[in-house]
Amino acid sequence: MSVEGNNGTTIIVMSGDMDKVMAAFNIAIGAAAGGKETNMFFTFWGIKAIQKGNYTGKSLFGRMMGILNRGGIDRIGPSQFNFWGLGRWMFKQMMKAHNITPLAELRKTAIDLGVKLWPCEMSMNVMEIKAEDLIPEVQQTCGVAAMLEMSDHSKQTLFI
Amino acid sequence: MVELVVAQKLDLKGLVCPIPIVKVSQAVKQVQVGDVIEAYATDPGVLADIPAWCKTSGNEMVSMERVDKGFRFLVRRLK
Repeated sequence: MSVEGNNGTTIIVMSGDMDKVMAAFNIAIGAAAGGKETNMFFTFWGIKAIQKGNYTGKSLFGRMMGILNRGGIDRIGPSQFNFWGLGRWMFKQMMKAHNITPLAELRKTAIDLGVKLWPCEMSMNVMEIKAEDLIPEVQQTCGVAAMLEMSDHSKQTLFI
Repeated sequence: MVELVVAQKLDLKGLVCPIPIVKVSQAVKQVQVGDVIEAYATDPGVLADIPAWCKTSGNEMVSMERVDKGFRFLVRRLK
């Protein structure tokens, strides 16, 4: 791990909902812009935010999940009022109307500011997501010990 | 009295959280220590966000004022 000092920010992204992922990236960007060493740890549904969006999975269930979970960050819906994708479309329109940065761009901004994105090895195993299914900007896969070490060096640790 | 020389001007009109902070933090890196950045924004969020960002990042909030339809603020790079 490359974490040093004790002024970092660690964000655990468990949710794969548009609103929560947006909040997570917003906070990460704010922290990084304020000069904090910022690490985001993506686990379970949160992994979708760092996936390329291709079909994943090997077993029957894994492939079924890969179909439902396809599309990456552009295809994640809000935690409420999704209505099978209609809500997602609606939210995107509203965000555009109010000049809010789209999720994919927010993620790029975070990466440009030096925010490190860490994928959780265990969730990837369960969900049958391979390293090559993730965007190339992510760090190596890691586990709870690595995340806790980042947290040890942080003033804030958030679970979203 | 310290003379104010604006090293860089930023147009943040129409941008909303967290982009103004990102732009200011990037601009600060481009100027010399002691230089001042002048910015115009329309998002009322900057009223609280810019002073807070200055504190976290260790820079100086020189001034923040309401101007026609928005806000004008000055930030000095301290380190």
